[in-house]
Amino acid sequence: MNARLKRELPLYLLILPGVLLVLVYNYVPMLGSVIAFQKFVPALGVFKSKWIGLDNFQYLFALPSFEQVLWNTVLIACMKIAAGLIVAIAVAVFLNEMLHEKMKRLVQTFIYLPHFLSWVVLGGILIEILSPNGGIVNRILAGLGINPIFFLGSNHWFQPTLVVSDVWKEFGFGTIVFLAAITGIDPALYESAELDGASRLRKMRHITLPGLASTIVLMMTLSLGNVLNAGFDQIFNLYSPVVYQSGDILDTMVYRIGFEDAQYGVATALGMFKSVVSLPLISVAYWLAYRFANYRIF
Amino acid sequence: MNSHKSFHLFNYAFFIVLSLLCLLPIVHVLAESFSSNSAVTSGMVDLWPVDFTLDSYRYVLSKPELYRAFGISVERLAAGTLINLVLCVMIAYPLSKEVKSFRARTFFAWFFVFTMLFNGGLIPSYMVVRYTGLLDSIGALTLSNAVNVFFVVLMLNFFRGLPKELEEAAFVDGAGHWTTLWRIYVPLSTPSIATIALFSMVFHWNSWFDGLIFMNSPDHYPLASYLQTVVNVSLQQLMEQGDLNNLVEVSDRTARAAQILVTTAPILVAYPFLQRYFVKGIVLGSVKG
Repeated sequence: MNARLKRELPLYLLILPGVLLVLVYNYVPMLGSVIAFQKFVPALGVFKSKWIGLDNFQYLFALPSFEQVLWNTVLIACMKIAAGLIVAIAVAVFLNEMLHEKMKRLVQTFIYLPHFLSWVVLGGILIEILSPNGGIVNRILAGLGINPIFFLGSNHWFQPTLVVSDVWKEFGFGTIVFLAAITGIDPALYESAELDGASRLRKMRHITLPGLASTIVLMMTLSLGNVLNAGFDQIFNLYSPVVYQSGDILDTMVYRIGFEDAQYGVATALGMFKSVVSLPLISVAYWLAYRFANYRIF
Repeated sequence: MNSHKSFHLFNYAFFIVLSLLCLLPIVHVLAESFSSNSAVTSGMVDLWPVDFTLDSYRYVLSKPELYRAFGISVERLAAGTLINLVLCVMIAYPLSKEVKSFRARTFFAWFFVFTMLFNGGLIPSYMVVRYTGLLDSIGALTLSNAVNVFFVVLMLNFFRGLPKELEEAAFVDGAGHWTTLWRIYVPLSTPSIATIALFSMVFHWNSWFDGLIFMNSPDHYPLASYLQTVVNVSLQQLMEQGDLNNLVEVSDRTARAAQILVTTAPILVAYPFLQRYFVKGIVLGSVKG
């Protein structure tokens, strides 16, 4: 027993610093969520602030904007997930058909690029190109005889703009998983289809896509955990009070209540609401992925 | 045969358009940054500079704030990446062992995985950084996200792929875990360590929100947070412009374009050379994971 502990001691020592940091910066905040039930004052701290039961939650749920924000969050997140998956799958399937290996790699280099730029940079670029007064997108639209559209200032256009720009940023990177899965498809299937005279499109439809089915289901399942993640970084850099009605989401609301209004307890309550709803979703997603696709995080 | 050919023609055309779609917005802003303000405001700049000038770069590069923010970003990137990497290796090694040689493995694995499932939320996390005295320091940007569980998973999968005989041979020769890790595992893992280092560097270079909330004064913002304040001003101007129907003349558009490009330049320059490492890492993580 003792010898065993002695043998394992170095492993404990190796993992210790990481465990301590995660304990402090990930687990203590979880415990700190109790300030959702307080009228929290930073100077008083968790122990001296006044406990007020569920008042913060009652206040939140009674806010006229709460329902709208929740709906925006789910809607934007789901549209992004669906559009992102469809585009990534389609692009991967067609990219796989590219014979010229060098050209294929060049295309990959270009379409992965936006993934590595932050939403601050892309936000700056979008604000510039989407301006209703002389932004290049509206100049192109004008050339087609379409009136200028105020993409970032109209509740009608804000959500589509979010979804399209998010797909634009991430579709390339999203293809990686599917391209990797395609390489796992048995080449014999393609050869026999070829002998039977199947056209390229038929092969894509009847071999590549079915070959991707399990990966597609896996990706859909895993994104279940993201239905409350509508993309804080993106929206924070693109929204303004004019489009709160269509673009305000849980995360941006937490930020404003917390940092702009300094209502720490209320903001924490809202964050807790999100975490508590997300936890079962993420757990179920991983469980399903593990159960049916043998997907394991570790 | 003909349909075969036309398919490939279509496919090439499709991917050329797709690649351009990803590049042109950046090229457009690049062209604006090298154009005169009047050419930009009168909507003459498309993909090539009009009235070529370096004025906006001269203006942006003359600001001391830029250098200060750049310095903070570099400091943060160096410290943050080092911390990420060292911790990642140190956590991944024990977790890559089997339960019979590290009994607490399952417990610690769940300890880390749980942070992917649940978090304390923005405000409590902010408060902990505040109470641990890190506010307004580099530590807030490097210690509060010192452990990245995705990196750990990537690393431990790589460790597991290494032949068991290596470890056994090392133990026979009298080496302990510590020596085995640093002398054998780490040198053999340079490909995945390089990938993780790259991800970590991009993460630290791009992170802007933590700087915004953890730093008390804009003087201490890293470059990305500094850029956020600049971009935010342009968003506000855009909104006023929309409201008042063109009464507010937006100036500084070229300067902002230059600012965006200066901030992104390190990534844009390094990216083409390093891209394959990123992809390798993702495939490694997703296929084995």
